[in-house]
Amino acid sequence: MAGELTEWNRYDSRDHLIRYLAVLGTIVAFLVSWRLLEVNYEFAATAPREVSDLLSRMYPPDAAYSGEIAAPLVETVSIAILGTTLAFVIAIPTAYLGAENTTPNAITYAIGKFIISFTRSVNVIIWALVFVIVFGPGALAGAFAVGFRSIGFLGKLIAEEIEEIDPVPVRAMRATGANAFTVALYGIVPQVKPALIGLATYRWDINVRESTVIGFVGAGGIGLALDGRIDAHDWNAVLTILVAILLIVLVSEVVSAYLRSKAR
Amino acid sequence: MSHRSDSAGGGLYPEEWSRPTAFRNRWVRLGVYLSVLAFFVYSIWEIRVTPDRLLVGIEGARTLLSSMFPPDFGLSFEGGGISVERNAELIRTGVVESLGMSVVATVVGVLVSVPIAFMAAENMVPRPVYYVGRVVVSVSRAFHVLVVAIIAVVAVGFGPLAGTLAMVFSTPGFFAKLLAEDLEDIDRTELDAIRSTGASRTQVILYGVVPQVLPRVIGLTIYRWDINIRAATIIGIVGAGGIGSTLYSSFQRYEYDFSLAIVLVIVAIVMVGEGVSAYARRRVQ
Repeated sequence: MAGELTEWNRYDSRDHLIRYLAVLGTIVAFLVSWRLLEVNYEFAATAPREVSDLLSRMYPPDAAYSGEIAAPLVETVSIAILGTTLAFVIAIPTAYLGAENTTPNAITYAIGKFIISFTRSVNVIIWALVFVIVFGPGALAGAFAVGFRSIGFLGKLIAEEIEEIDPVPVRAMRATGANAFTVALYGIVPQVKPALIGLATYRWDINVRESTVIGFVGAGGIGLALDGRIDAHDWNAVLTILVAILLIVLVSEVVSAYLRSKAR
Repeated sequence: MSHRSDSAGGGLYPEEWSRPTAFRNRWVRLGVYLSVLAFFVYSIWEIRVTPDRLLVGIEGARTLLSSMFPPDFGLSFEGGGISVERNAELIRTGVVESLGMSVVATVVGVLVSVPIAFMAAENMVPRPVYYVGRVVVSVSRAFHVLVVAIIAVVAVGFGPLAGTLAMVFSTPGFFAKLLAEDLEDIDRTELDAIRSTGASRTQVILYGVVPQVLPRVIGLTIYRWDINIRAATIIGIVGAGGIGSTLYSSFQRYEYDFSLAIVLVIVAIVMVGEGVSAYARRRVQ
C-alpha cells in the first residue's frame, strides 16, 4: 500500500477533462466572437488613450450648469414614480392570473404568464421607442415605457408571493360567504401586503436608473439633457450630468432601502 | 399587529377589529401613504398627464399597431420555397454581432471583476483598498449600461467596440458585488488549516479560497452572460453595435412591420438566453 499514494491531486481525471473542455470552449467562443466583431485593431489599441483624453476634457464638471439640470432630474424621479404606479396597477391583476392558486383556469394562467414574460423581455428603451410614437416625445411616453417594462418584474414576484400564502384564511373567508373580491381583499391582500410595498419600492429604485436612459430616444428625463450636451460637445456639462445621475441613483437606493426596512 | 384593546370593555378581546397593517404603527403608515401620494400627485402635474393626451395615445397606438402587423421578417414563402430578402439578412448580421459582443464582454468583464471582487471583500484586503473596491462597484452599478454606452461611443466611435466596453464597465457592479459577498462568507477554518501546513499566501488563496467560491464564479459568469445578451440587443440604439442599431434605423424609416419583427427576434433571444442560463446555473450550483 505504502508508496502508491505519493502524490495528492485536487481533481480526478474526469474532472480534469471537464475543466479543460470548459476552458477551451470559452477561449474558442471568445476568439470566434472577437473575429466576428471585426474590431479595428488601431481603434482598440487607441481606446485607452481616447477614453482618458475624453475624461480630461470633461474635468472639471461645469458647476454653473448644475442649476439647469434640477428640472430634468426631478422629471426623471417623477417618471419613475408614475411608471412604477402604472406597472403596479396592471401587475396586480396580472399576478392574480399568473399565480397557480388564484387563476380561474388554464387559459387565464397562460395569459398571465405571457404578459409577465413578454413585458419583462422587452427592454425599457424599446418600450420608449414605441411610446414616443404613440404619445409623441416627452415624459408621458417615458412613464408608460418604464411602466410597461416593470409589469413583468412586479407581476412575477407578486404571483410568487400569492402562491406562497397560507390557504387557511382564504378558506375561512370563503366559509363566511364572502365573494371573490372580499376574499382577495381580506384573505390574500393582508398576507402579501408587506411584500407588495417592498417590491414596489424596490422597483421604483430600479426605475430611477431606467428613467435616466429613456431620454436618448426622446422620452424625457435627464437622458435628454445628457444627449443634448454630448451633441454640443459640452464635455464639462456632461460630467456634471453624470455626477447628478450618480447622486440621484445612490439617494434613491438609500431611500428605497430605508422604506423597505420600515415596511415589515 | 395593531389590535387595539379597549379598556372600557375590560375583557379579553378587543372591542374593535382593525385590519392588520404592514407598518410598525398608524403614524408611520399615514406618513408613508401621504408622502407617496404627494409625490404621485406632483408627478402627474409635473409630467402634465391629461385625459386628452391619453386619448391621443389610444389613437396613436391604433395606427402604430396596424402598421406593425404583419411583422416583416424578410422571408417570403411564395412558390413553395423560402426566399431570403434584405431584412432577414440585416437581422442575421445584427444578431450575430450582438451575440459576439456579449461573449467578448462577458469574458473580459469577468477577468476585470474578479480582482475588484477581492478588493471589495472586507476580509480579503486592508481597509483603504476595501473602500476603493466598494466605490468602483457602486459607480459601475449606478450607471445604466446605455449611459456608459453613449459615452463610450463618443470616446471610441460607433460600433461594437463601444458596446463591448460599456458592458465591461457595467460588469463589476453586478459580478464583483455578488462575488465579494460570497468571499466575505467563506469558511475561515479551511484557510487556517492550509496556512498551518506552511502554505504561502498564493497557495492559501488557490487551495483555500478558490475552491470555496469557484461554483459561484461560474454561476455568476453564466448569469452575467445572460444579462449581457439582453444589453447587447439594445445597446445599438445609441450606436454601439448589434441588432439594436438595426431596430433604431427601422423606427427612423417608419418601417414598423420590420421593427416588430426585430423586437420579436430580440424577445426570442432573451427568452432562450434566460432558459439556457437558468438550466446551466442549476447544473453548476
